[in-house]
Amino acid sequence: MNTTKTRRGAAPDAPQKASAFSMVRTALSQTSGLTFAALIIMVIYFSFMEPGKFNTISNFDLLAQNLSILIVLSVGATFVIATSGIDLSIPAAVVLGEVFATKALGWFTVGEGTAVDVTDSETKLSYILVALLAALAAGLIVGVLNGVIIAYMHVPPLLATLGTLGSGLGAANLLQDGTNTGTSALSPVTSGEMIPGLSNIILIAALTVIVGWVALRLSVFGRYTLAIGSNEEAARRVGIKVERHLIKVYVLAALASSFGGFLSVSYFGTTALSGHTTDNMQAITAVALGGTSVFGGVATMLGTLMGALIPSLLKNGFIIMGVGAYWQDVAIGFVLVLTVWFDQMRRKARTKQ
Amino acid sequence: MKRAEVPALAAHGLEKKYGQVRALRGVSFEAYPGEVTALVGDNGAGKSTLVKCLAGAIRPDCGRIMVKGRPVSMTGPVQATKHGIETVYQDLALASDLDAAANVFLGREIRRLRVLHDHKEMRRRTAASFAELGVGLVQDMRVPVSSFSGGQRQSVAIARAAMWAKHVIIMDEPTAALGVIQTEKVLQLVDRVRSRGLAVVFISHNLPQVIEVADRIEVMRLGARTARFRRGEVDVERLIAAVSGAYSNEADVPNGEVTA
Repeated sequence: MNTTKTRRGAAPDAPQKASAFSMVRTALSQTSGLTFAALIIMVIYFSFMEPGKFNTISNFDLLAQNLSILIVLSVGATFVIATSGIDLSIPAAVVLGEVFATKALGWFTVGEGTAVDVTDSETKLSYILVALLAALAAGLIVGVLNGVIIAYMHVPPLLATLGTLGSGLGAANLLQDGTNTGTSALSPVTSGEMIPGLSNIILIAALTVIVGWVALRLSVFGRYTLAIGSNEEAARRVGIKVERHLIKVYVLAALASSFGGFLSVSYFGTTALSGHTTDNMQAITAVALGGTSVFGGVATMLGTLMGALIPSLLKNGFIIMGVGAYWQDVAIGFVLVLTVWFDQMRRKARTKQ
Repeated sequence: MKRAEVPALAAHGLEKKYGQVRALRGVSFEAYPGEVTALVGDNGAGKSTLVKCLAGAIRPDCGRIMVKGRPVSMTGPVQATKHGIETVYQDLALASDLDAAANVFLGREIRRLRVLHDHKEMRRRTAASFAELGVGLVQDMRVPVSSFSGGQRQSVAIARAAMWAKHVIIMDEPTAALGVIQTEKVLQLVDRVRSRGLAVVFISHNLPQVIEVADRIEVMRLGARTARFRRGEVDVERLIAAVSGAYSNEADVPNGEVTA
């Protein structure tokens, strides 16, 4: 008589589901725990099947190097997805980061040419720093655009970032006349070993994960991000400036992407105008596999790290075992759908209580 | 109905128009410290508009809102909070993926090094406050509030309001979605909040419940206050009469709008 509306998450009189499922539910609710278990099982399995090939330091080192840039992108994407948003514009921010970084190197005149043409032994810290700032500036532009379009113009994130993805890649091609620029000027950033035995690029990725973890778990910024993803209206009512925060989140993600672009130029020695087109999908896969909810409010940085490792480990293991590498794509596709399905069931189970 | 005490929260002559619709027609309202003031009225009487004005969610076209006898301007929910008014919304307004302490301190985090939050301390204070208010849940401080029952979540929302309110808590249908036992628990909590000396504004459609918990009842009809009762002065039938417009004991009823 006194309640006419059904409210999301507030139907306390609904009968409790039999607790037969409760243990399964608890297991599902710790998706990152499952992810971790899957990771360990895979490593043990491949190591057992192909001893001396899979479980070698050089194999792991190579894997980690190849994954480092994806991990940096995925750290940023974790925050966006935690707000229940999505960022498809990652490739645009990456490529623009690459282009801006190499353009900035072009500002320095060195002998006959510019800093673009210097060898890795001739490069200077100032070149590297300016290139880094330029790359981050690209990220700032993409991020502010995404944020304003989503938070103030209320365009759904999927379409907003699809738009900036297209425009950003187009702009990068215009700036480059469609051709890539090669440079060795930035290679000391990723090729050296500041800690002996550990490639710089792996170190940088590890530091990014740690910073991301602190920002997500321990900072007020991370808490607001989760609160907005969980219940935007609740966040607004306690005085959180939701629009401004969303802009910050998209800027953070785009900065991570453009930093990834900077690392990519450094590592591969060239811009790659068409080399990052699936980076967005890979990052989103990593985040979702790791247990961050695509419905927002729940996020785990360590899960993202594991989610980034799984597809490559699988592919690597398959290749070493001689199984067709394309099976990895098939397998990951299934696993991704299952993960999100579990997440959805878990949410339903919760709100039914 | 004059009394010496200064109302914790008072509204005088609030008007609010939505296009041609006069949602509030000079409504007045008072809530006193240490009392539960129930606000009742039929759908469309203007209750929620009045509450939104008091909570700072909308601005009245004219009229005054006073906290502890001082006129205040409410330009947003944050202003209301600054004036010591907390609102428990009907739809709870908790971030369900966060735990109780994170919700209680949401937007008011205890910080370390400016950018980090001190979750341990927030959890400690939340537990202490819950214990003081008789809200259980202290053993569940680490789980997201989405795993709580509706009543438990409502308790978290009320406890949060009680922790931060200096003068007034406004509760918009706090028991509407709850079962019998949970409703009882929430009403006990309302009682404890009142005994802390806060003014509680209690909006409900459930007239027997209103008569049970309220120290005073203010009845709204067609955007104005049409009747006021003290505890024990009214039964359900009389209250229904007041709500439907068949009874009034107010002088400032709009002309011709209410048949006495």
